[in-house]
Amino acid sequence: MIPSRFEYHAPESIEAAVALLTELGDDAKILSGGQSLIPMMKLRLAAPAHIVDINRVPGLAALREADGALHIGALVREADLEESDVVRTRYPVLHDAARHIGDPLVRNLATICGNLAHGDPANDHPAVMLALDAVVVAAGPGGRREIRIRDFFTGLYATALAPNEILVELKIPTPPARSGGAYLKLERKVGDFATVAVAAQVTLGHDGTCQRAGIGLTNVGPTPIKAVKAEGYLQAKALNDAVMKEAARAAAEEARPTADNRGSVEYKRDLVRVLTARALRKAADRAAERR
Amino acid sequence: MRVQVVINGEKREADAEPRLLLVHLIRDVFRLTGTHIGCDTTHCGACTVLLDGRAVKSCTMFAAQANGRAITTVEGLERDGALHPLQQAFMEEHGLQCGFCTPGMLMTGVAFLEKHRRPSEEDIRWAISGNLCRCTGYVNIVKAFQQAAATLAGGGA
Repeated sequence: MIPSRFEYHAPESIEAAVALLTELGDDAKILSGGQSLIPMMKLRLAAPAHIVDINRVPGLAALREADGALHIGALVREADLEESDVVRTRYPVLHDAARHIGDPLVRNLATICGNLAHGDPANDHPAVMLALDAVVVAAGPGGRREIRIRDFFTGLYATALAPNEILVELKIPTPPARSGGAYLKLERKVGDFATVAVAAQVTLGHDGTCQRAGIGLTNVGPTPIKAVKAEGYLQAKALNDAVMKEAARAAAEEARPTADNRGSVEYKRDLVRVLTARALRKAADRAAERR
Repeated sequence: MRVQVVINGEKREADAEPRLLLVHLIRDVFRLTGTHIGCDTTHCGACTVLLDGRAVKSCTMFAAQANGRAITTVEGLERDGALHPLQQAFMEEHGLQCGFCTPGMLMTGVAFLEKHRRPSEEDIRWAISGNLCRCTGYVNIVKAFQQAAATLAGGGA
């Protein structure tokens, strides 16, 4: 399959990339990992007149903890997350998700920042970022601005980024002690989009009660969903089976799935319930291990 | 645009339209037809090549993106007439039947074995989860990976 014709640009600085985007407007698309964009171009679901390849911009591939947050640059690949000890031990919900994006070859190119900027509610990282309350850093003509992840997803394939802004970095607040998370995904086969997936992140107090809960839902609505009612319900409660069950029921009510070849509305809603309960259990177990 | 690459250790260059996919540069322009096109939709992994040592699907990358970088294809695995230990192992363990997926399997495997000297069966199955084989049922492919790992670790075949 051959994509439509386009002009290729490979700027070597963020400023040059932003200037190009400002000049080209809606006709341009940013290429980072390309593992969503190029398949869409081959199917001609996307036919941008200009491609702005940011892979030659230096300084975007950093993955490091600093100032109370994990910083992930725009060119950090899914495989980098999968292989990172810091991610595996301190951000297990992110590690769970990264391991289930596409397949190992796709993960060698695909980027987490691209996964978010694509704005596809079927992608895995949006729910994880909603559970972790991440912050997106966007570079534009006026410099940099920060966007809370809950304000980032504005519609189907739509985000708060302006056409001439680039998502240059993701910041995830480092969870305190007694925190844990888990991402559970039901997929029909390797590399498929989730039928349903749930991200859960909890922090326990000294007395074992829930100090903070974050729950994100994948592919059960026009945008990724933050299950705020379920999160609120868990606040200050002991995380026993009955409490987690009730939170899972609340999360299922917050889902807005549509029927497709992956299942009916009822099936998907019930999967949200089942996976939320399991993800909370796993998150709580992991939190208890991290004293 | 002009695209320059080092492919299997040899400097090559070509004029490429921006929309030319890397796999087409490799097969149609450089005439290295060992790299296969299977699904053409980022699923099957038959087109896997190494880009600066990392295994990637060359049907899901533009040739322009490879400008200035090093590519290894299945043709680059043989050294002085001797097969790579993984190629040898595929032959001995019957890791192929029709052979269509084999170039991709080999490239994924070569990159994987560089990083994982003593992989478990699960590690291997995880590593090849982006490469589809419709003949073997994967059992002999896994055996070939295990044999190659042992050879590379110095334990002999």
